[in-house]
Amino acid sequence: MNFSAVTGEAWRSMGVNRLRAALAMLGMVIGVAAVVLMLAIGQGTQAIVNDSIASMGSNLFIILSGSTTSGGLRAGMGSAPTLTLEDARAIGKLPSVKTSAPVYSGTAQLGYGPNNWSTVVNGVTPEYLEVRNWAVESGRNLDEGDVRSAARVALIGKTVVFNLFADEPPLGKTMRIKNSPFTIVGVLEAKGQSMDGRDQDDSVLVPVTTAQSKLFGNPFPGTVRFIMAQAPSKEMMTEAEGDIGQLLRIRHRLRNDMENDFTVRNLTATAQAAASSAQALSFMLGAIASISLIVGGIGIMNIMLVSVTERTREIGIRMSIGAKRRDILQQFLLEAVFICTLGGLIGAMLGVAGAWAVSALAEMPAVVTGSSILVAFLFAAGTGIFFGWYPARKAAYLKPVEALRHE
Amino acid sequence: MADSRSGRSDSDALIRVETLAKRYETAAGTTPPALNGVDLAIQPGEFVAVMGPSGSGKSTFMNILGCLDTPTSGAYYLDGRNVAELSDDELATLRNRLIGFVFQGFNLLKRISVADNVALPLVYAGEGKSERRRRALELLDQVGLAAHADKQPNQLSGGQQQRVAIARALSNHPRLILADEPTGNLDTHTSEEIMDIFTRLNRDQGITVVLVTHEADIAHHAKRLVRFRDGNVVYDGGVKGI
Repeated sequence: MNFSAVTGEAWRSMGVNRLRAALAMLGMVIGVAAVVLMLAIGQGTQAIVNDSIASMGSNLFIILSGSTTSGGLRAGMGSAPTLTLEDARAIGKLPSVKTSAPVYSGTAQLGYGPNNWSTVVNGVTPEYLEVRNWAVESGRNLDEGDVRSAARVALIGKTVVFNLFADEPPLGKTMRIKNSPFTIVGVLEAKGQSMDGRDQDDSVLVPVTTAQSKLFGNPFPGTVRFIMAQAPSKEMMTEAEGDIGQLLRIRHRLRNDMENDFTVRNLTATAQAAASSAQALSFMLGAIASISLIVGGIGIMNIMLVSVTERTREIGIRMSIGAKRRDILQQFLLEAVFICTLGGLIGAMLGVAGAWAVSALAEMPAVVTGSSILVAFLFAAGTGIFFGWYPARKAAYLKPVEALRHE
Repeated sequence: MADSRSGRSDSDALIRVETLAKRYETAAGTTPPALNGVDLAIQPGEFVAVMGPSGSGKSTFMNILGCLDTPTSGAYYLDGRNVAELSDDELATLRNRLIGFVFQGFNLLKRISVADNVALPLVYAGEGKSERRRRALELLDQVGLAAHADKQPNQLSGGQQQRVAIARALSNHPRLILADEPTGNLDTHTSEEIMDIFTRLNRDQGITVVLVTHEADIAHHAKRLVRFRDGNVVYDGGVKGI
């Protein structure tokens, strides 16, 4: 029996009892729509987390100096002036580290004309932007010359532009930081919130040497608050962490019995935890939705069993004129698969529409990917085969003489 | 009178059954056998009427001949092949190619057109769509129903429906037609028309016809009569004088 004839038979018999086929299909429609929608919401959440990870910079370490103790009072992480620009440079030369960027930061009052604004001023080197995965929107990055000469130049973020300059183009203008004049050489592109909710655009970058010597008067010349370091890949993270620790112990001349006077923190690990919990959420939503697909599949099985019983005589007639068991099996299986794939198609469309409505009305991110539609669709077809198999087999293994006798 | 079998070797027989028996197991235990050791041979080109009161085993006999049912014991050779040794698929192929069925209740599929009903065995024989259509129209023309090809079966009269069923039985050029009370639901005049078709098929095309009936008038169209009672053949001979 050729395939087109079998599909024709299956298609026709589905059309005979339209209401019943439609009701069976409804289960699939709801199931597939739910899966597509839930995957879309899950993936939307994941996309947000991934965005914030990307905005932070990937495969990052932050190296903090240790704590000082004065008169029994421990001042906390980063208060001991143990990390230097030289440390940062040495870390950057490690084979397991791609780039390192020392930071010397503080808070300062900014001014331009009648406006003023208080924000974080980070003393950095040119590598900082690379490590943070950040770009200059207009103007230029800081360069080695700026750092060497401790130049009074600054890069400013979007929020600073908005608060100090409003509509004026800031590039080339001179603004005041702690009342000293700085030339604005570049504007940073917008970066948005960090993972902990800080506005990353509310910051100013100046050469690290300028910050040390001219802005935040450093009692320990050459030291920095922290160093950021980036490993070339996720796989290199462990190796890089070990290398950095070893290098700093040697540089700081720590004996074996002495504790580290610094801390290496893996920033990506936190982010990865957030990402995997978003993924778990997405998986859970998908799993819950697939239950409705299974319920829909059981509905199909039910309908097909009724259909087989009702058409027992027809099956007997078909067998008496030469239908093989395989032909009968195919006919009923295809009928179930038709119902499921058609229901899956309608459900996928509904799911996409629902995802669109959710992101438009509830302002919740919902990302529909081709793969989630494909997965739901294949799942629907698979459900058809799985739940259609038993009734189809039952039909195919009827005894011809008994099927014919059936009223 | 049992001359139709004599003078021919059994290996030429289209149908040969040996000590064929069939018992049905029921919840109440074993019932009296429906068939109780039947021996019979039918040669190609014969026209056999099978008669007997209800419960005599004639329907069971026909179902076994048609490979729709299997005997409890005994052997059945169809066209020289031992049916017990054939697989389900091979039996289906025999039903499709060698045998044409005609039933009392016509057994047409209600939801498809007359032409599609006639062409249905060709679907299972793997014929293409245009060939199926061509052959269906040709067969309907043979039974005088070419004009009704695209109607639904229930738009036709009983006699017309039975002629559609005969056209369907003929679609794969069968060598054997098995008819189970084909005129049971028809009036006398229509019954005569249907019997004329069987007679012509037997005479002009040499198709072997085995036909179950309980009307003597119908049986008279055949050349040989087999009478069943209580699962046994009690008469096997000519149709004159019944």
